[in-house]
Amino acid sequence: MLQGCVALAEGAIAAGCRYYFGYPITPQNDIPEYLSGRLPQVGGVFIQAESEIASINMLLGASAAGARAMTSSSGPGISLMQEGLSYMAGSELPGLVVNITRIGPGLGGIASSQGDYWQATRGGGHGDYRLIVLAPNSVQEMYDLTIKAFYLSDKYRNPAMILADAILGQMKEPVRLKKPPVEIPHKPWALTGASGRKAQIIKSLYLGDGEMEEHNWHLYEKYEQLQRRDTLVEIDVDDNADILLISFGSCSRMVQSAVGMARSRGLKVGFVRPITLFPFPHDTIRELSREVGRVLTVEMNTGQMWDDVRLSLHPGCRASLLARPGGGIPSPAQILSKMEKLLKAGDKVAEGIC
Amino acid sequence: MYYDIILSGFGGQGILLTGDLLASAAMLEDKHVTWMPSYGVEMRGGAASCTVVVSSTRIGSPISEKIQGLISMSKPSLLKYQGRIRSGGLLVLNTSFADPDLVEREDITKICLPASEIAYQEVGEYKMANMVVLGAFAAHSGVVSLEKLEEAAEVLLTGRKKKLVPVVKKALNCGGSYKKYVRAVQPVKG
Repeated sequence: MLQGCVALAEGAIAAGCRYYFGYPITPQNDIPEYLSGRLPQVGGVFIQAESEIASINMLLGASAAGARAMTSSSGPGISLMQEGLSYMAGSELPGLVVNITRIGPGLGGIASSQGDYWQATRGGGHGDYRLIVLAPNSVQEMYDLTIKAFYLSDKYRNPAMILADAILGQMKEPVRLKKPPVEIPHKPWALTGASGRKAQIIKSLYLGDGEMEEHNWHLYEKYEQLQRRDTLVEIDVDDNADILLISFGSCSRMVQSAVGMARSRGLKVGFVRPITLFPFPHDTIRELSREVGRVLTVEMNTGQMWDDVRLSLHPGCRASLLARPGGGIPSPAQILSKMEKLLKAGDKVAEGIC
Repeated sequence: MYYDIILSGFGGQGILLTGDLLASAAMLEDKHVTWMPSYGVEMRGGAASCTVVVSSTRIGSPISEKIQGLISMSKPSLLKYQGRIRSGGLLVLNTSFADPDLVEREDITKICLPASEIAYQEVGEYKMANMVVLGAFAAHSGVVSLEKLEEAAEVLLTGRKKKLVPVVKKALNCGGSYKKYVRAVQPVKG
């Protein structure tokens, strides 16, 4: 049995990550605490930086040198890292950033929230870029998806983010530590010293005519490829389901309980969980919403993923939202009663926040 | 099978470790388990609690509004959580820190025992009270066996804590024979 934060740290070690840079903030401190002891054991380097801005730029440097490296923080610290993340995406540098979220805005609180969805999936920093965003919903996935995040990040030369919260960080569950062989791809672009080869340069500044437009189309093509090839989603839908529940991260665990309760009452329900938040499983949701006709999104914010859900819906599908923005966790009973209310109301109930 | 329990008391009483031991033992019995600590501004002497869910199938929510079992090691935790026990559920109370007269529920099974005194008397350590109540809980509920709890203690307590294993095992077994210390388990009425 491992705590979520520890499983994530072990996943990083298993993926061949040997460099960590970070600055303390609750509720992610278990990650640096654990790695400060664990990294030296495997010949790695742990640095407590002087700030989050320093952390993200140390990550940029380690990545430019070809290393697998990571940082972790929470809401306010991730906000400070946005400039560096934008530079990394612009410079096509891989690297892992972990956000164990707080409730925002501002200093907010340390309980669970999913209010950083927009920041994570829309890029967060300036410019036309995206992060690869993975959202675990179990301690096992804190381990597995960390390994996956490093793989995708290197594959697309784009920073990746694990988006989780205090529930997933603090919870303990049994974990199978599968140790896949570490596959760090050859990085001919890395700055490893120019002896015996031509000098290379990694930059995000392009001042020539049309250079930037070409560069942005190149980045866009990578995001399109991500969308086509590496979208991850969990699907559990009854035949002839009357309602489709959509949820991610810790919140989806409560929804899974509610789905179980609904089935034991004879209801026909479906459950979809985006595992990659970018790329978002638009096609899956479009197809399922066409079949089912009614969707209930459950999330711990005021409806941030709901934006993406509504972009995906089949025309005519009715969409509702159950939102708890600020430390409150929707209980399985609350979700079930909302489901029953929507089913009972049929077409009479208005769409929107309920 | 599905069982959810809150373990609660003061910070420093070993509440989180007790829950960890219960969850680990259930894991060794090939059950699905989750362990979820209360999370906030925690400190020694403040409130501490964790929720453990044990199930034969995949677990959704790691937290529960209504619970089947409550282990309470302090007065504030008894007052806070007794209302959340399902009718017909189980309360194991350490009466060394909470007066059993404060239990308002009539529709649950109650095991009230002076766990701290028992721990001191039997193994010479007040702080083993958590293991005494855990032993009593396991013996009465059958959620995990005492043998698996002993096995889990060997897995969990390593390094500096390894020397505690024999004491922990003894305390667990004292709890297991809790009937010696309480006149009778008060069963659900009606």
